[in-house]
Amino acid sequence: ADEGGPRGRRVLVLVDDLAVRSSHSAFFASLQGRGFDLDFRLADDPKLSLHRYGQYLYDGLVLFAPSTPRFGGSVDQNSILEFIDAGHDMILAADSSASDLIRGIATECGVDFDEDPEAMVIDHINYAATDAEGDHTLIAGDDLIQSDVILGSKKIEAPVLFRGIGHAVNPSNSLVLKVLSASPSAYSANPKSKLASPPSLTGSAISLVSVMQARNNARVLISGSLDLFSNRFLKSGVQKAGSKIRHEKAGNEQFVTETSKWVFHERGHLKAVNVKHNKVGETNEPGMYRINDDLEYSVEIYEWSGTSWKPYVADDVQVQFYMMSPYVLKTLSTDKKGVFSTSFKVPDVYGVFQFKVEYQRLGYTGLSLSKQIPVRPYRHNEYERFITSAYPYYAASFSTMGAFFIFSFVYLYHK
Amino acid sequence: MAEPESSTAAAGGSRLRNACGGVLCAFTLLLIGVLAFSIRLFSVIKYESVIHEFDPYFNFRVTQFLSKNGIYEFWNWFDDRTWYPLGRVIGGTVYPGLTLTAGTIWWLLNSLNIPLSVETVCVFTAPIFSANASWATYLLTKEAKGTGAGLMAAAILAMVPSYISRSVAGSYDNEAVAIFALIFTFYLYVKTLNTGSLFYATLNALSYFYMVCSWGGYTFIINLIPIHVLLCIVTGRYSSRLYIAYAPLVILGTLLAALVPVVGFNAVMTSEHFASFLVFIILHVVALVYYIKGLLTPRLFKVAMTLVITVGLAVCFAVIAILIALVASSPTKGWSGRSLSLLDPTYASKYIPIIASVSEHQPPTWPSYFMDINVLAFLIPAGIISCFLPLSDASSFVVLYLVTAVYFSGVMVRLMLVLAPAACILSGIALSEAFDVLTRSVKYQLSKLFDDSPAASGDSSAESSSASTVSTNSAKNETRPEKTETAPKEKPSKKNRKKEKEVAESVPVKPKKEKKLLVLPMEASVLGILLLIVLGGFYVVHCVWAAAEAYSAPSIVLTSRSRDGLHVFDDFREAYAWLSHNTDVDDKVASWWDYGYQTTAMANRTVIVDNNTWNNTHIATVGTAMSSPEKAAWEIFNSLDVKYVLVVFGGLVGYPSDDINKFLWMVRIGGGVFPHIKEPDYLRDGNYRVDAQGTPTMLNCLMYKLCYYRFVETDGKGFDRVRGYEIGKKHFKLTHFEEVFTTHHWMVRIYKLKPQKNRVRGKLKKLKSGSKASSTNAAGRKKNPWQ
Repeated sequence: ADEGGPRGRRVLVLVDDLAVRSSHSAFFASLQGRGFDLDFRLADDPKLSLHRYGQYLYDGLVLFAPSTPRFGGSVDQNSILEFIDAGHDMILAADSSASDLIRGIATECGVDFDEDPEAMVIDHINYAATDAEGDHTLIAGDDLIQSDVILGSKKIEAPVLFRGIGHAVNPSNSLVLKVLSASPSAYSANPKSKLASPPSLTGSAISLVSVMQARNNARVLISGSLDLFSNRFLKSGVQKAGSKIRHEKAGNEQFVTETSKWVFHERGHLKAVNVKHNKVGETNEPGMYRINDDLEYSVEIYEWSGTSWKPYVADDVQVQFYMMSPYVLKTLSTDKKGVFSTSFKVPDVYGVFQFKVEYQRLGYTGLSLSKQIPVRPYRHNEYERFITSAYPYYAASFSTMGAFFIFSFVYLYHK
Repeated sequence: MAEPESSTAAAGGSRLRNACGGVLCAFTLLLIGVLAFSIRLFSVIKYESVIHEFDPYFNFRVTQFLSKNGIYEFWNWFDDRTWYPLGRVIGGTVYPGLTLTAGTIWWLLNSLNIPLSVETVCVFTAPIFSANASWATYLLTKEAKGTGAGLMAAAILAMVPSYISRSVAGSYDNEAVAIFALIFTFYLYVKTLNTGSLFYATLNALSYFYMVCSWGGYTFIINLIPIHVLLCIVTGRYSSRLYIAYAPLVILGTLLAALVPVVGFNAVMTSEHFASFLVFIILHVVALVYYIKGLLTPRLFKVAMTLVITVGLAVCFAVIAILIALVASSPTKGWSGRSLSLLDPTYASKYIPIIASVSEHQPPTWPSYFMDINVLAFLIPAGIISCFLPLSDASSFVVLYLVTAVYFSGVMVRLMLVLAPAACILSGIALSEAFDVLTRSVKYQLSKLFDDSPAASGDSSAESSSASTVSTNSAKNETRPEKTETAPKEKPSKKNRKKEKEVAESVPVKPKKEKKLLVLPMEASVLGILLLIVLGGFYVVHCVWAAAEAYSAPSIVLTSRSRDGLHVFDDFREAYAWLSHNTDVDDKVASWWDYGYQTTAMANRTVIVDNNTWNNTHIATVGTAMSSPEKAAWEIFNSLDVKYVLVVFGGLVGYPSDDINKFLWMVRIGGGVFPHIKEPDYLRDGNYRVDAQGTPTMLNCLMYKLCYYRFVETDGKGFDRVRGYEIGKKHFKLTHFEEVFTTHHWMVRIYKLKPQKNRVRGKLKKLKSGSKASSTNAAGRKKNPWQ
C-alpha cells in the first residue's frame, strides 16, 4: 500500500549467507512491520536481477553481503549504482571481510573504507565494557549526528554498539553525512598485529555509519559493521567503559529503526506542488510581467510522515527572483497548512527571470524549484503622457507655432 | 543598350518627338526594372526560395512577428528568446524600415487576396527594391546630367555586382531597401536644389525619414548633404534654393529621425549629427549676409560685413565651444565605435574586437573593387570630368558623393555598397557623354557625307535622321545642363521651374555651335562606339556571372561541384531542425554569436548571444566559455542555464568559416573582458594552431574538444581539411558534455551539458576496474561519407 508515498515498499535483501536472515531477524521484522516486502536472495543467486522489462523490480536494497566477491545474475557494481541513480535507496553494511566489490560501491557513494583489509576500528577508551578483555574493537559509539529528521525526534540515550571497519568521508562532499562518528580516541588498524606505522584513519575523522543523499534524493546508508544490525547487538545491554551507567538495551535497535525509516523515505521527504504566481489583485498566472509590477508567489510544501502527506511547517523557506543573481530574496510565510506565500515588487530591470526556491536542509530531501518568467519594459503607451515639469516646453513650442502663424499672416497680408 | 529610334519625327514637331522619347524612356525604365529584378533571381533558381545568411533570418523572424501580431505588438516587442537571460527589446533596437516595408507588402497582397507567405514576400523584397533603386538612380542622374545619363546609370546600377551582393532574392537585409532610400533621398535633395520647391523639400525629409527607419547608414546622408551645402556656400553658389533644400531637411529630418526608437535622442546627441547642425547655423549666417547685402548699398554693406563677420564668428565660436563641450562630456566622446572606425580605419581592430571580428567591417582588398564595380572603376574618372563640364549644383553633389563614398568604401568593405550607386551614376554620365560626343560626330560626318551643306539642312533634321543609340535621348536632354552653364547667374532668380523647362526646350541653336568644336573623325567615332559597346558587354557578362555564381549562394545551403557531381551541404538546416524537434521549447542553446539569429529563427530555441552584438560582456562570457577547459566552460554554461552547445566545424569537408577559424575572436573578445583568458596561451609562434604544435591551452579548450571529438574516427588520422594538417590531440573523452547530434557532413555538432553528477565519488583509487568506461553505441557513430 503506497498511499501516494514517495517510495514503494519492495525491498531486495542480499545476503551472502542465509543465516543472516535469522541472525538479523529483528531488524528485518521491524521493516516488515512497517509494511515493506522483503525479498531475501543470496548475493550470488544466478537469477538475481534488479529490473525486468525496463522496470525496476525493487524500490530499495539492503545489501548485507559484505564478503561477496561478485553478485549473481545480471547484477554488478554498475547496476547497483544505476539503481541508486534511478532514485532508489540502499542500506549497505560491511565488516572486516568486506570485498572489493562492496568497497567499490561505497567509494562510488563517497565513502572510503580503510584500505587495509585487516583493519578494524579500535578504541581503547570508549569500548563497550563487555569487551574489556578483548582487543577493544566492540565500540560503544555515542557521537551521533544532531538531526531529528535522520534519527527521529526521540533521543537515542544508549550508546550504539559497533564492531567493524571504519571509513572516512571527504569533508568537501556535501552529500555524505556522518551519522555515527568514532570518538577522538579511536583509530583504524589491524587488531591482531602491532602497529608498525601510524594508522591512516584516526580519531573522530573515522565515521562508523554514514548516510548519503544523492542529488536525485536517493538515500544510502553505509555502515562499517554488519553486526550493528544483528539481533545480538540489538538485544544486548551496554555499558561504556569507564562509565557508571549501564543501559539495559543498546541504542542499536532505535538507531537502525530510525535510520532505516529515513533511508526508505518514511521521514524527511518534502514535496512542493502548486507553484503559483500572479499579479496582486488577479488570479491568473501571466506569461510575462512588466517591470515594477506587484506580484504574489505561493507554493505548497508537504512532508511525508510515513503514512500521509502532512503540511510542512518552517519559517526559513525563501524564494529568489533570479536573473544571473537574485534581484529579490524573500522569506516565504506559511499558513501552517502547507501554503507558503509572499508578495513583492518586480525590480526595475527587464529580462528573463526565474522564481527559484532552493531549499536544502539537513536530512530533508532537497527542494529545487525554478520557474521561468520574462519581465518586459513599459510599452510605449504605458509612460506618462504629459509630464508636469515639461509644461514650460509645451508652452514654448505652442507659443512659437502661434507666433510664427501670426507673423506669416502679418507678413503676407500686411499691404 | 541600343534602341533604334523611330523615324516618325521627320517633319513632326518636337512635341511628338518628346512624347515618343518619353514613351521610349518609360519603356526602357520598365525593362531596366525587370532586369534589376530578374538578375537577382539566380539564387531562387539555382537554390530555392529561402532566406539567406544570418541577419536576414532575424529580419524574417521580426517580419513574421509583425504580420502575426500587428504593428503595436511589434513596437513593444520584448523578445525573451535571445540574449538569455537579458532579453532584447526588439521594438526599440531595430531599424523598422525593412520590416514595415515587407509587412506592408504582405498585408497589401493579402488584402488583395493574393495569399503569399511572409517568407516569399521577404525573399523578393530585395529584388523589388533594387528595381526601385535603379529608377531612383535614373531620377538622380537625370537631375544631374539629363535623361540619357539617367537611363545609362539606371541600367548600370540594375546589375552592379556590389549591389547584387546585398540584394539577391532572399538577402532580406536592411541594405536592400536602404540603398533605394539613400538614392531617392539624394534625388529629392538635388531636385529641391534644382527647383527650389518646398514640396520636394518636404518629400526629401520624408524620404530621409524612411532611410533613418531602414539603416544606420543614414548618417552618411546627414553628413554628406551638409558637406555639399558647405561646398556650395564656399564656392559662392548660395541661393534660396539651397536654403530650401537644406533647412527643412535638417529640421523636419531631425524631428522625424528622433521618432524612430532606435535613433531617438541620438539624432541630437551624438556627434555624427553635429555637422548638420553646424552647417545649418552657417547657412543662416550666410543667408543673413545675402539679405543684408540686398538691403544696403555696397559701401554700407562693407561696413555691415565686418560687423556681421565679427558677430558671426563670435556666435560660431560659441557654438563650436558648446559642441566641443558636449562631445567631450559624452562617454564615447560622442562617437560610436562603428563611426570612429570609419574615420580611423585602425580604430576598431585596436580597441573593439567585436567590430573588427566581422569580416565585412574590414578594409577591402584591391581585387574586391574590380569584383564589385568592375569596369566602372575606369569610367568614374571620365564621369568626374564630364561632371565638371559644366559644374552645376547637382553634378557637384554627385562628385562629392563619389569622393566620400570612395573613402568610406576603403575603410569598410561593407560600405562598398554605398560607393556602387555613385560609381554607377558617374559611369552612366561618362558613357552617355561619350556616346553623345561620338554619335554626334558620326551624325555630323554622315550628314556631311550625304549633304555638302549641313548647316543649311538645319540642326533638327540632322539630329532626327540619325540611327543612333541611347544618345538620341541624351543628346536632346543634354541641352539643359549646358544651358545652365551659360546662364548660371540667372537661375537663382527664377523661382518658377516651368519657365526653366521652357527655356530648356527653346535652346537648340546656341549650344550647337559649341558642339561642332567636338566633332571627331568618322573612323575614330565608330571605333569608339564599338569599343564602348564591347566594354559594356564585358560589364554585363561580369555582372551576370557575379549574380549567378559569386553572390547567389544562400550560405545556409552550400554546394560544391566535384568530378562526381554536385554535392549539397544542408547541414545547418539539418541541425536546426534537429534542435527544434528534439529539444524542449525552453531549452537554451549556446553557440558563437554568428549562429544566434538562425537558431532563434529556424530552431525556435532560446540563444545566449546573437548577431545583434549589443552586449559585449555577454558575448565575452560565451567566448570565455569556448576558450576555457571543459569544467570551467561547463560551469559558465550551467550558470546561464544552457542545455545545448552548438559548434560549426568545417574540418571534415573543408568549410573554412567554421568556429576554429573564428576562434581567435572568441579568445580576444573573451580576454577583453575576462583577463584570465590570455591570447598568448593559445598562440604558437603567433599562430593559432590545432596540430601537434598547438599549445596545451589550445588543445584543452572547449572549442577544440567539441570540434574534434571523435574526429579521428572519420579517417583514422584526424586530418583537418580546412587547416590542412592533422590535429594535435586525437583521442580524448568528454567529461562534462555529451555529443547528441552531428550532422551529415559534421558541419554542425551539438552537445548537451551533462547534468551534475548524482553522487560524488570518494577519493580511493579504483583498484581493478581498468577500462569499463561506458562506450558510445557503435551504431550512432558516423563515418565520413566521402571515405
